[in-house]
Amino acid sequence: MTLDFFTDIAFLAGAIAFVWGLRLLSSPDTARRGNIIAGLGMGIAILAAMFQPMGTVPNNYLWIVGGMVVGGIAGWISARKVQMTAMPQMVSIFNGLGGACAVVLASAELYYFYDGQTALSMGELLILYLALLIGAVAFTGSMLAFAKLQGLVNDRKVTLPYHNILNLIMLAVLLGLTVYALMQGKAFGFNMAMLILALGLIYGFSFVAPIGGADMPVVISLLNSFSGLSAASAGFAYDSRIMIVGGILVGASGTILTILMCEAMNRSLLNVLIGGFGSSGKAGPAGAAGDQVAKEVSLTDAAIQLFYSNSVVIVPGYGLAVAQAQMVVKELDALLEANGVNVKYGIHPVAGRMPGHMNVLLAEADIPYDKLLDLDAANEALAQADIAVVVGANDVVNPAAETDPSSPIYGMPVLQVWKAKNVIVLKRSMNPGYAGIQNPLFFMDNTRMLFGDAKDTLNKLVQEIKNM
Amino acid sequence: METIMSFFEENLEMIYLLAFTILLGFEVISKVPTVLHTPLMSGANAISGVVIIGAILLMRRAAPDDYLTLTLGFIGIVLGMVNVAGGFAVTDRMLEMFKKKKKNA
Repeated sequence: MTLDFFTDIAFLAGAIAFVWGLRLLSSPDTARRGNIIAGLGMGIAILAAMFQPMGTVPNNYLWIVGGMVVGGIAGWISARKVQMTAMPQMVSIFNGLGGACAVVLASAELYYFYDGQTALSMGELLILYLALLIGAVAFTGSMLAFAKLQGLVNDRKVTLPYHNILNLIMLAVLLGLTVYALMQGKAFGFNMAMLILALGLIYGFSFVAPIGGADMPVVISLLNSFSGLSAASAGFAYDSRIMIVGGILVGASGTILTILMCEAMNRSLLNVLIGGFGSSGKAGPAGAAGDQVAKEVSLTDAAIQLFYSNSVVIVPGYGLAVAQAQMVVKELDALLEANGVNVKYGIHPVAGRMPGHMNVLLAEADIPYDKLLDLDAANEALAQADIAVVVGANDVVNPAAETDPSSPIYGMPVLQVWKAKNVIVLKRSMNPGYAGIQNPLFFMDNTRMLFGDAKDTLNKLVQEIKNM
Repeated sequence: METIMSFFEENLEMIYLLAFTILLGFEVISKVPTVLHTPLMSGANAISGVVIIGAILLMRRAAPDDYLTLTLGFIGIVLGMVNVAGGFAVTDRMLEMFKKKKKNA
């Protein structure tokens, strides 16, 4: 029995743990165990990589352990400290770092090749360039996504005129240069390889730049799948099966989420990537709004309506996250439930800025997940509900998606809040949402508006109900 | 064409692995409820930190006086480890919240 045997078994165990862990992660009752199993698999794989026999090599264990301690502590602390409302940003950063790691590996290997220390076939060279480019796009793309989510840059201020055409040209140049590099072999030179890297990094920024707001969940899922694919390519280069398995699984899960997000908006991926809704044909349904007046409701009336209803469906949107109002929502929920009101939540798949954003926020406020209804279940509940309370959501409750073929969001599945007997919309002002689309919901007969900051308004509602 | 064929032949085992893992991945993950979209994404993200294995292998081969490689490897290990440790920890934190008490009404 050699050490080889044990490390190979360990890698196999790690790969199985990844698959098994992801399987468990897809069901609410087992998800936590799934994450722990995948984490253990990673631990085993890292140990195996450290002791896998490689002939006589210097090992440099001190450097390796040092790096792991630094990275481990940094990662663990930021994971513990981050606020739940900042979760999309955190996930973006971690994702970007994985991509950056693949870039570092590919750069090192390319350096050895052009320096004459190693010989590579064209296929092996192609794999290194794939790891380099996909990793670069995942890295800078995620960093820009982070900056956007954190509010450091404005969605609209980072685009250039003809941005999509520029992006296409850049992509074509990148691919052309890469093909040229493959044909040139060693003559291409390391400096040119770094030029490709630089272009790839710029492309990552540029590719995410025009995408923002409600399209964020799509781009985050897509970047997630990229970081997986870059890890898998690096795995090919290092002949490491576990890297291939891990990377491809991530690529698959990112792809599935991307598809789900696109379906939830009834748009193709291409449509999301070039030209968000804001820029294309927003003038469509303008006529509807002009002469109509939205009806307001007083806090007291809203409180009375809620108090005497039998069933309430709350529909949260990004505005809830911005106002950090999840705890007050829970308070309102508890108060109403104590008075015999049945409270549920209608969650649209693309509400918020990452897949499942609303679920995480409401879970933080201790709201049990069985009260959170997905699109179909929520629409059933809404048809029976006395009151629908819309908190900081707009496009996902827009009836124009069903009724107005000229609307840019026509065809997108929405939460049919208007089917409830009454609708109360909590909103900061009458400004249209991210997409810049007028929402006829606000002018419907059974809709009442409650203007103000969501958290503030909810707090006052809670007070009113307490005083009854 | 010849290069493609020889690459295919040389890496046949890896290509099999690639093909089956793609199918397996889609099969395992295809039906995720909305509740778990974020944890799944962040858990998968942690798994993509598996790229750290490559950084460890790179580092182990580096000559003790090859500071370029040592530095690159070190950076790679730090980046990968932040992704791994942070990713699993943050996912666990999220799932811990999901676990808490069922409906009490």
